[in-house]
Amino acid sequence: MNARERSIWNAARNRRALIAARLSRRDMFRMGLLTGAGWLIHKNGLSAWASGGPPVSPPTRPFVEAMPIAPILQPVAMLDPPPQTEPLPGEARTRAHQALDRFPPTVLYESHARAGEHSFHPDLPTQTIWGYEGMFPGPTIVARYGEPVLVRNINELPDDNGGFGMPSVAPHLHSGHQASESDGFPCDFFEQGQFYDQHYPNVLAGFLREFPPNGDPREMQSTFWRHDHRLDFTAQNTYKGLAGFYLLFGSLDTGDETTGLRLPSGEFDVPMAFADKVFDENGKLFFDLFNTDGILGDKFTVNGKIQPYFQVHPRKYRLRWLNTGPARTYDLFITDPRTMRTVPVTRIANDSNLLPAPVIQDGVRLAAAERADVIIDFAPYAGQSLILENRLPQDDGRKARTILTPAGRGDALVRFDVVLPAVEDSPPLPARLLDLPTPDLSEVVQRRTFRFDRRQGQWTINGRIIDCDTVDVAVREGTAEIWTLQINAGGWSHPIHIHLEEFFILTRNGQPPPAHEMGRKDVVDVKVNETVQVFMKFRDFTNRYVMHCHNVLHEDHAMMLRFDVVP
Amino acid sequence: MKTMTRKTALAALAVAPVFGYLATRKTTETKPATRPIRREPFRAGYFPNVAMQTHEGKTVRFYDNLLKDKIVVINFFYSRCGGLCSPVARNLAQVQKLLGGRVGRDIFIYSISLDPGHDTPAVLREYARNRGIGPGWLLLTGRPEDVELLRRKLGFTDPDPVVDRDKSQHAGIVRYGNEALQRWAACPGEAKPEWIAKSILWMDWPKAMKKGA
Repeated sequence: MNARERSIWNAARNRRALIAARLSRRDMFRMGLLTGAGWLIHKNGLSAWASGGPPVSPPTRPFVEAMPIAPILQPVAMLDPPPQTEPLPGEARTRAHQALDRFPPTVLYESHARAGEHSFHPDLPTQTIWGYEGMFPGPTIVARYGEPVLVRNINELPDDNGGFGMPSVAPHLHSGHQASESDGFPCDFFEQGQFYDQHYPNVLAGFLREFPPNGDPREMQSTFWRHDHRLDFTAQNTYKGLAGFYLLFGSLDTGDETTGLRLPSGEFDVPMAFADKVFDENGKLFFDLFNTDGILGDKFTVNGKIQPYFQVHPRKYRLRWLNTGPARTYDLFITDPRTMRTVPVTRIANDSNLLPAPVIQDGVRLAAAERADVIIDFAPYAGQSLILENRLPQDDGRKARTILTPAGRGDALVRFDVVLPAVEDSPPLPARLLDLPTPDLSEVVQRRTFRFDRRQGQWTINGRIIDCDTVDVAVREGTAEIWTLQINAGGWSHPIHIHLEEFFILTRNGQPPPAHEMGRKDVVDVKVNETVQVFMKFRDFTNRYVMHCHNVLHEDHAMMLRFDVVP
Repeated sequence: MKTMTRKTALAALAVAPVFGYLATRKTTETKPATRPIRREPFRAGYFPNVAMQTHEGKTVRFYDNLLKDKIVVINFFYSRCGGLCSPVARNLAQVQKLLGGRVGRDIFIYSISLDPGHDTPAVLREYARNRGIGPGWLLLTGRPEDVELLRRKLGFTDPDPVVDRDKSQHAGIVRYGNEALQRWAACPGEAKPEWIAKSILWMDWPKAMKKGA
């Protein structure tokens, strides 16, 4: 089937789907499901079944369910056996904790990777997903600086994967400054019935040398997420639901509107995980096992629900937006449906890092694994609704298109209904958020260049493929380096993630980064033919970590390298 | 190879219950292994049951005879590929040795020719002889349209038509899977043979489904 035939085939199939759903064309248009050309939104979303033509998800009605907010994971009083530095008898961990004695855990959790029943939408059948505590997204861990956490990860996944997924896990805390053995290194996976203790010290970077004993206050981080990182199966397992938030609070970002930066807090601090999915003709979650370019869904979930609504008070909210992938890049806009005008948001953080100062943005672009904390004031919209929509079209798993769809014609993700009563608001945002250290280029001991490429159906870094037993790069603890991340050819983009440390973007294509990338980051979207220079420090912990593409299909098809921090 | 010895150790440990965690697992979570897994959508979507010829001169059906209920390793190659395909072929030969007697029993290796016009069963037989390809590893050819269908269904493709026409671009990936369990993944054919073999064993049967034990 050529592209044109496939289009025709899809169009016919879409129309059949519409008829089956007994929705008129006008209904669909009004609901934002149909574009001017008569297509279901993102009909070409997936390259599944290869030449057989992509599956199209069954129709679902938008905005029929409230957006859930993941519950907060509750600590346990004790763990039996109690945590210790050396691996416990029977524990899957093989290496000693590097910093358990220095930062003894005061908060203990059990996290169970297990199957659970989940409803993505009332128009689709309830089905089995995999998630932390059997939920998607999993429960949020709320942590504080100075309160080290130990999570006992227990693999209770079943044999029957329902079509995809590997019952073997390597939980990773994305953005965490933690020791290698607690990082979820992709080859430190463990099997059904096994457990693995991870120590998250919740400590500021730089505690070992420059800022003993508790680190550099300018290194404060906020919005983390945890997800599976199992070698070769990260895409399947995260798509199946093994993902959730981890929020870290400290003396500036306090989680209390009366202290610190006095950011919207409590019920006004809302994590929102975006995940695009596709469902088969029976409404079951579908994963294209043989796709290596990037799986694109035609259904947009927020906190596990397809196109939910979210009722809000007319006041300021902090929304923590996370693109959980697997491959799509979003450009998120809040649109007033009466006027089709964009409502700007105030961005306060990029990835896990507060920006030096708030940045007002119309569109917030998020590649896989990127995050944006935004403040939006719903006060002027009391009694009305606003739509959060993705206006970046993408029909190629390797890269998004470059031209935005018009306002009101994007993929609607959430409808905010400003219908709850007026309540007290948080104070105005401060003009400055976080004073960042300036990258000191005199500290740089090494420059390295990494080229992201493809060879014989595999995604490569400098021509190499991941081998967990080979140290691709060795860096010295306590030093700084400049890494140049490059795409020279091929017409693809790669959101590159580096573990252990947050980095500064020095230049993007020779230019300083835009204001919203002026803070630190741990994922940088390197787009077609781009070159990005980042300033890395490697502090406090040693041993093995990874850098990889966070389009998890690329990651699972070898676009990952091992770097070791050596003493 | 620290990691490898670690994995071996883990495999051994997996037998022993760990501090009651196994005991506390819900019974419903240990049962599914014995329940038939719904495979029809995947078979229909991914695995056309086309006729193939083996280098041994047999005609086989791709799904019925080659995939069903098996742990399989699938790659694409062609005999005139030369140096580009050799590292993968060498690795698979090592993998076959590492997996020992299981290859041909419940693990099968299939190398499908991208050049079916040239790679007749006789040519493949010669190729197999020269490379010491043992039982349980089949070189496959078929009608060009069937081979092309398999290539597309199994995802050995490139969206760029120029790259897609270059056969050598499809010879780098090794897919491995367990058809009955619907577990599938891929690894680079140029990875270390030990890793490829280990990856294939990730597809192994859960204890309840173990065959010939």
